[in-house]
Amino acid sequence: MTYDATFRVWRGDASGGDLQTFTVAVNEGEVVLDIIHRLQATQAGDLAVRWNCKAGKCGSCSAEINGRPRLMCLTRMSIFGEDEPVTVTPLRTFPVIRDLVTDVSYNYEKAAQIPPFAPRPRDPDGNHRMQQIDVERPQEFRKCIECFLCQDTCHVVRDHEENKAVFAGPRFLIRLAELDMHPLDVRDRRDAAQQDFGLGYCNITKCCTEVCPEGIHLTDNGIIPLKERVVDRRYDPITWLGSKIGRRPRT
Amino acid sequence: MELERHEYDVVVIGAGGAGLRAAIAAHETGARTAVVCKSLLGKAHTVMAEGGIAAAMANAYPEDNWRVHFRDTMRGGKMLNHWRMAQLHAQEAPDRVRELEDWGALFDRTPEGLISQRDFGGHRYARLAHVGDRTGLELIRTLQQRTVALGIDVYMECTVTRLLTDDSGIAGAFGYWRESGRFVTWEAPSVVLATGGIGKTYKVTSNSWEYTGDGHSLALQAGATLVNMEFVQFHPTGMVWPPSVRGILVTESVRGDGGVLKNSAGNRFMFDYIPDFFRKETAETEDEADRWYTDKKNNRRPPELLPRDEVARAINSEVKAGRGSPHGGVFLDIASRRDADYIRKRLPSMYHQFKELADVDITTEAMEVGPTCHYVMGGVEVDPDTEAARVPGLYAAGEVAGGMHGSNRLGGNSLSDLLVFGRRAGVAAAEHASKTAGARAEVAEDALTEAARAALAPFDRDGGENPYTVQHDLQQTMHDLVGIIRTRAEVEQALERIAVLRERVANLSVEGHRQYNPGWHLALDLPHMLVVSECIARAALEREESRGGHTRDDFPAADPEWGKINLICALSPDGDVTIRRQPLPTMPGDLAEIFEENA
Repeated sequence: MTYDATFRVWRGDASGGDLQTFTVAVNEGEVVLDIIHRLQATQAGDLAVRWNCKAGKCGSCSAEINGRPRLMCLTRMSIFGEDEPVTVTPLRTFPVIRDLVTDVSYNYEKAAQIPPFAPRPRDPDGNHRMQQIDVERPQEFRKCIECFLCQDTCHVVRDHEENKAVFAGPRFLIRLAELDMHPLDVRDRRDAAQQDFGLGYCNITKCCTEVCPEGIHLTDNGIIPLKERVVDRRYDPITWLGSKIGRRPRT
Repeated sequence: MELERHEYDVVVIGAGGAGLRAAIAAHETGARTAVVCKSLLGKAHTVMAEGGIAAAMANAYPEDNWRVHFRDTMRGGKMLNHWRMAQLHAQEAPDRVRELEDWGALFDRTPEGLISQRDFGGHRYARLAHVGDRTGLELIRTLQQRTVALGIDVYMECTVTRLLTDDSGIAGAFGYWRESGRFVTWEAPSVVLATGGIGKTYKVTSNSWEYTGDGHSLALQAGATLVNMEFVQFHPTGMVWPPSVRGILVTESVRGDGGVLKNSAGNRFMFDYIPDFFRKETAETEDEADRWYTDKKNNRRPPELLPRDEVARAINSEVKAGRGSPHGGVFLDIASRRDADYIRKRLPSMYHQFKELADVDITTEAMEVGPTCHYVMGGVEVDPDTEAARVPGLYAAGEVAGGMHGSNRLGGNSLSDLLVFGRRAGVAAAEHASKTAGARAEVAEDALTEAARAALAPFDRDGGENPYTVQHDLQQTMHDLVGIIRTRAEVEQALERIAVLRERVANLSVEGHRQYNPGWHLALDLPHMLVVSECIARAALEREESRGGHTRDDFPAADPEWGKINLICALSPDGDVTIRRQPLPTMPGDLAEIFEENA
């Protein structure tokens, strides 16, 4: 049941670092985060790692495990052979702070730029009324736990620091899609999606969908429909004419 | 000393539901407001809440109203709740839920398009507003997005180690950036504690690492008092297998949606554990219980939906009697009672959680579950209307505050508690700050120097003990000796061990440097964990009865005399935990009548 695994963990900070090799016990049913915690408790007390819920609900313990973006708490050790070394490295798209902890402030900056939710007024009795079928589409995107694995894997920013200024990344494109589909929201963010958040940079390779631990269909259900809505607006001849002669207020 | 300094009217410590709701409320009154949190924004423990927000909106049952919710809450807490908090909570929860929709929350709907409400233990009517079984995520994301839209300053990954006080009360807070280890101070006349609970002092818990009781401990050190600390809720259904996930929560919605508890003989044992207090409202036969799901008017509730303390004790007894599951729990079965589509639709997170973590398909197999430390009813003693603690300028809301839930909290009443009292605390904190404008004293420099020295002490000691070992021993002590069933001898033994642990904590040393160093962070959390553990143990020793989240094997019955008493913890000038008895606040006659009319 118990065996000794070889773990290679990246240790270092903004100035550099390298993989350190550890031999560490693994018990039945454990996940990668358990092993990282065991390293902290027994061999490397100052090994830096983020985590909170340890149940796949908070999205804190994101890392790259054998090169693949994953949550450490949902990566079971049983998927690896007992003699297979497990390599754990920090998310490559974001600057390293220390060891497995990266500076994810890019995501918080993009979140702050999204034009906020703007609801229609309540019904006279003080309630909002929405049908279940209408809330289910945006609810899929509200399952997002903000682990930022989609941001990490997206090739638009993964090795292209220069694109970060103009591209919000898949997490925030589906946030825009969610607001666009929200039954109560009255704000039009289609121009912003294209101009401010870089919707056009996405060429729908679906890498984000593949790594999403919540199984959200970012590309098919969020980004592609948003692209279609933007195209409808931008290339509809009547809308285009209206915007040129200034008869139609731009919202 | 290098020190980053800020000035605010209101500083909120904690960014879960209560903290963010308090910050929004304070900001909306015009106060300069900051939120300080140990994790990234959006990761607080609220995110783990599954079932829903209890609010008598009457969308599912027109018969529901605040009086019924108030009654359920008080009875669930075995009448030890502060009546005024329970009243405000029941009255205001519906408005707090509705305003979340104005901020973008998307709850599940009724056929009429209103907010859907689900059944939960101890609630007479279906009244939990919910989003599948991930309501906490919806709540925190909605409040997070509102906080960001309002432009409130958030200090992420920042830990507060001290509250600063002067002669007139609160003067601010002192802490460090986790990322760099650098010190930071916020001068402010009002501080709202919204730091959550204490679960990490126990070995088996549904709580995250943040739940170290730091808010409880900071309040004590600043001169405030704690109430009801003996009452710790063990949620009846935590995962038990594999060992690495032991304690992770299995939502009560599984039972609300039709799941039942069975022992190794396949019996629905909860029928054997119905207490007299709840007998009139609980089904006597399996047939009646099963009919209740579709016809609630003519049938009584299944005993699986008794309040959490009752169900947790029952599971504990079954396991002790040798009728447990292979891994030391009991079976929670929804697979044989509902079809797979229904289960996946109503309980998507549970389906996902068991599939990913335990390789169990809950649509075809029973889950193995057992009690897990989930919630502390005890907390900072506050004024019910303003959430003001006994130190001027100090407020507490959410799990860190005490009184609202009495001896046992009903499921769903936590998220509503966060919203109702978070808002009230934020408003009151802002008002206090506006009264002190122009008369603020500067924080004493020697207090800051001393706070910095204390924080760095673990680096100065060589050859001391590893903090992880000490934490493990504390968790084992609380699990073994001050857990779900308690005795005088065991609690006394726990207090002896805590005294030894206190010496060990004073002698910790950590390796490495100040930058993002989890060993150092833990070394600074441990004194908080120790002081709350001592409060729990001392109160548990003092209360010689069994009630709600406090069960004494040597005093197995509830004692009406103890039902009139709260236990109050404080710190003496030497830093020792003191305990005293205080009469329970008296409920006014018009509220007391509610318990007669439905009895």
